[in-house]
Amino acid sequence: MAKNKEETVLITKDGIRHDGRKREDLREISFDVGVLDRADGSCLIQWGRNKILAAVYGPRELHPKHMQMPGQAYIRCEYRMATFSVPDRKSPAPKRREKEISKLLGEALNPALFTYLYPRSVIDVFIEVLQADGGTRCAAITAASLALADAGIPMRDLVTGVAAGNLSDKIVLDLDDVEDKEGLGDLPIAYLPNLEKVVLLQSDGIFTPDQYKEALDMLVPACKKIYQLQRKAITDKYSQINEAVQKDIEAEEKDKPAKDKKKAEDSKAKDDKKAKKADDGKKSKASDKEEKKKKGLKKSSKKKDDKKQASKEKEAKKD
Amino acid sequence: MAKKGLISVVEREHILSLLNHGKRTDGRSFNEFRKITIIPGYIQKAEGSAIAKIGKSKVIAGVKAQMGTPFPDSPNKGVITTTVELVPVAAPEFESGPPREFAIELARVADRAIRESEAVSNEDLVIIPGKFVWILFIDIYVLDHDGNLYDACELAALGALLNTQIPDIKIVTNEKGEEVVEVLETTHPLVMKHTPISCTFSKIGDNIIVDPNYDEETIQDTRLTLAFTEENKICSTQKGEAGTFTVEEIKKCIDIAAERTKDIRSQLDKIVDPQGYPWSEESS
Repeated sequence: MAKNKEETVLITKDGIRHDGRKREDLREISFDVGVLDRADGSCLIQWGRNKILAAVYGPRELHPKHMQMPGQAYIRCEYRMATFSVPDRKSPAPKRREKEISKLLGEALNPALFTYLYPRSVIDVFIEVLQADGGTRCAAITAASLALADAGIPMRDLVTGVAAGNLSDKIVLDLDDVEDKEGLGDLPIAYLPNLEKVVLLQSDGIFTPDQYKEALDMLVPACKKIYQLQRKAITDKYSQINEAVQKDIEAEEKDKPAKDKKKAEDSKAKDDKKAKKADDGKKSKASDKEEKKKKGLKKSSKKKDDKKQASKEKEAKKD
Repeated sequence: MAKKGLISVVEREHILSLLNHGKRTDGRSFNEFRKITIIPGYIQKAEGSAIAKIGKSKVIAGVKAQMGTPFPDSPNKGVITTTVELVPVAAPEFESGPPREFAIELARVADRAIRESEAVSNEDLVIIPGKFVWILFIDIYVLDHDGNLYDACELAALGALLNTQIPDIKIVTNEKGEEVVEVLETTHPLVMKHTPISCTFSKIGDNIIVDPNYDEETIQDTRLTLAFTEENKICSTQKGEAGTFTVEEIKKCIDIAAERTKDIRSQLDKIVDPQGYPWSEESS
């Protein structure tokens, strides 16, 4: 595996890695939620040099019909890599690796969703890796869970992925491509940070049982850290929409003050509630659901905003 | 695809309630494997082969060696590819056709343990660096599906590799001054550096069991496969299905898997039975 260890020093004695990070340092992560117009939910994640786009369609009718499940929705995930995402052009046909990752990501998202709410349906999660630089499956699932939240699909928890690795018998977090190829081992997980459950776990390369356990202990706090970033990304996005809606309402208020007064008060109250929650680090499942519901509401108000001319009866139907 | 085998509600609840009382339908303890047998050399026309049986699950692996060119990015490495075929003889839900997700995952998990542990000595596979290497095809056919195909495929692949004979070669220079490889009649055993062995767990409710049978697999929430080398190092992990594990549960699984794979390895002489008849019915 690590043939030319002498050429690249993966980790120094002081624990500094080839790109200057320390053992437990993550690369820079940023999210753009709702970047796609046609998708029900979407998210672009930039994780180091990884650039990955996730889009959610659904819940919608599942074809072929024989795949429909009477008691739950089918989470269909498709992970693909662009031909130009890696140094040597990848053939566009899906490889066995992509099929395996697709299956695992779908299964890993499943526990985060209330699949029984949408019997016979499918929730499609499409992932396009535009640029790959190690740890794409972890970045992909982190983005996919935000796209699901953006689609307004009720969720038990967000899903957060990150990998640990073994560089010269030192356990580090978040391998990039060089470390992945030259290092001794790679251990990606995906985690539900509030429910504290592991939903995806793989490893390749060599770990002793003690190193493996050490890696697990490092991965959990890292996931919780990334979760805070995810949370911020989605709340920021929706507070922006909220402000836009707020302005709109104020403008309307000027036209017909008496009629819409009550509605404005309502959304203000919601806003206050949200601000309180943002301060709260942990939150109960119940409030989680509530927030999701609210997101659903806001989502539809965003659409209204776009259309502008939508009549009030239509709004009532949508909600 | 998400669909699993069919099982009646009564049976499902029977298995679950037994598990909640610490028992399994076939009388095993939670951390006990069924009887494992490996019958090597079943196929004479392959370079190596083995049938692995775990209880009633039967899996055959054949190794074919072909001379070929190495991948451009690793000119000094032989090539090993593993495939799994879920042939329709094995179970009513298996259909012919190109491999589906399940077969692909099985193949990649079996492949990962062998590849990542560097089980096969690479020097043995390189003929002329950058030009000619041996390409080993490990093709696995599931013949009878009674659960835990992950460990069965892994054992069949290992059994087949341990019994593989590679043709001897001679490098001669022809009149044009090119190096030509001549394949001789004689053979030598493939050099193996490590012997990865995997252990698969099923989680049903809050119960975690080793080596699930077909019925247990049908109702499982999630699955975890851990492969260990003889140096007690983990060389492969795969969690599958839509359930969850806690970190503590995974740590426990690591300890149990380390023990179980050590047991299997220490009994490898007994398990590998060249005289064995693969089709005899035996109690698991």
